[in-house]
Amino acid sequence: MMTNNNSEPKYVIETQDLEIYYGDFKAVTNVNMKIEHNKITAIIGPSGCGKSTLLRAFNRMNELYAGTSIKGNVIFNGQDIYAKEVDPVEVRYRIGMVFQKPNPFPKSIYENIAWTARIHGYKGNMDELVESSLQQAALWDEVKDKLHQSGLSLSGGQQQRLCIARAISIKPEVILMDEPASALDPIATLKIEELMQELKKNYTITIVTHNMQQAARASDYTAMMMLSGEGERSGTVIEFDETKKIFTRPSDKRTEDYVTGRFG
Amino acid sequence: MAELTEKKLSTMSLRRRPRWGETIIQGLLFFSGFFSIFITFGIVYELGKEALLFFQMPGVDLLSTITTTEWKPHVNKFGIWPLLTSTLLTSTIAMTIAIPLGMSVAIYLSEYASPRVRSTLKPILEVLAGIPTIVYGYFALTFMTPLLRQIFGSDVVQIYNTASAGLVMGILILPLITSMTEDSLSAVPRSLREAAYGMGATKLEVAVQIVVPAALSGIAAAIIVGISRAIGETMIVAVAAGAGPNFTLNPFIGAETITGHIVRISGGDLSYDSIDYNSIFALGLFLFLTTLVLNIISQAIVRRFREVYE
Ligand SMILES: Nc1ncnc2c1ncn2[C@@H]1O[C@H](COP(=O)(O)OP(=O)(O)OP(=O)(O)O)[C@@H](O)[C@H]1O
Ligand SMILES: [Mg+2]
Repeated sequence: MMTNNNSEPKYVIETQDLEIYYGDFKAVTNVNMKIEHNKITAIIGPSGCGKSTLLRAFNRMNELYAGTSIKGNVIFNGQDIYAKEVDPVEVRYRIGMVFQKPNPFPKSIYENIAWTARIHGYKGNMDELVESSLQQAALWDEVKDKLHQSGLSLSGGQQQRLCIARAISIKPEVILMDEPASALDPIATLKIEELMQELKKNYTITIVTHNMQQAARASDYTAMMMLSGEGERSGTVIEFDETKKIFTRPSDKRTEDYVTGRFG
Repeated sequence: MAELTEKKLSTMSLRRRPRWGETIIQGLLFFSGFFSIFITFGIVYELGKEALLFFQMPGVDLLSTITTTEWKPHVNKFGIWPLLTSTLLTSTIAMTIAIPLGMSVAIYLSEYASPRVRSTLKPILEVLAGIPTIVYGYFALTFMTPLLRQIFGSDVVQIYNTASAGLVMGILILPLITSMTEDSLSAVPRSLREAAYGMGATKLEVAVQIVVPAALSGIAAAIIVGISRAIGETMIVAVAAGAGPNFTLNPFIGAETITGHIVRISGGDLSYDSIDYNSIFALGLFLFLTTLVLNIISQAIVRRFREVYE
């Protein structure tokens, strides 16, 4: 993998022979990928190939579904997050998540952020934190006069930015985004993409997307996932490289077919 | 293919077509709704009418009914307070048991229990709700009362007392509150829980600070139904709370509740249009008004605090 600077790139998350199961069903298999610090990594691939499953495994959100299990390791800053002594709550505190469907809490805009900060024991100036979080999420100007209205009174795009503001209010290291713009119009989508460029200065972002242009435009690295294997097929990462390379000269024929739209 | 579409377009009419099935179903649904409202009004009308007869009887007036503290029909004393306080006493004791316990069990079932545990516990609770209340009544008299007497001393606790009736009533109402609360907790969308977990919230934080507020209107409904059930509960208090009105707030002595009184006097020979007969309806009206007021208050509270999630 090539990087622009000479120093060793810093990897925040690293998976080792990761397999993810729903009960007996192996949804994802044999994933070895390294997610670089302060970069945007996109995960692309056809529907049902396990993108969301893989993403959720990065902060143990998959455990909220009964019967899930993993094999292999997910290493976060040198620590296996599935180790016995690791608390999933702490993992999710450092690796936040933004979902496909905007899901603000049914509380005020202010409380959406304040609650999140409070449960992690934030003791500083709450007004400042709310303002700076909303500002970083490029939402402040639109909501500064109605902070005490319900978060659900906002438009879909605004709600999604509120969810991002909420996620960054607790300053995670990594933000996982599962198709954060799929429910949004092109302008709101572009806003989210601009926002991601802004955020990557301070955060590492991993994003699942169906939108090829978005992956090409917004990400530094791209992981291409696809179902593979005989019989019961599991998803796996078939190619993982710099986004430029994935979209111009992919080494796998299936990737080329997929990114050029020739794939079924 | 193209031909077909063209033809269809040219001959397609936008005129309304009669849909008889829809019309019939709609009619039936309307009728059911109308019928239940009609029945309710019928009951209220009947209650009101007979209660009015009561207050028109010589020696009875509304003011002294709601201000005096003796209910002695044979000497024409109709102060509702002794009956009302014991109703409130048994209901309060019952709800003190049923609300916190019911909520905890519901939160446990919906947020903590594994599907296996949930699918065993829920039916058990429902069985508990199906036991005839007369059985609960004798359970109060033959188990709870001796227990209370053992704990607090038989000189303190009388054989018939409101504490025993109230406690057992709480057990009776527990499954009702649990099941209704659990339903409204389960109805909170999964995406909301994921949002909170995704921010690193603990199970308890998610349950108490996200799920419960979102389900508040359902929980309030559960509590109201529970309170109404407690106020209207008859068999347990008739068996275990004691006969004879008694103006007291001491839960360890016998005191007749409104419903208990109604049962007792209607158990004897009641002649139509006697003062006793009419007083039953006045008491019924009081019960009705009490639950109505509680309903209105709780609606106001819920409107103030609930978090609408959609
Ligand atoms: N909660 C679950 N329980 C059981 N199987 C699941 C669950 N979630 C996903 N799966 C299965 O795992 C596989 C991968 O699903 P996943 O949601 O990760 O796909 P995806 O790549 O995100 O698809 P999409 O692009 O449509 O969102 C699918 O076969 C799906 O049916
Ligand atoms: Mg998905």
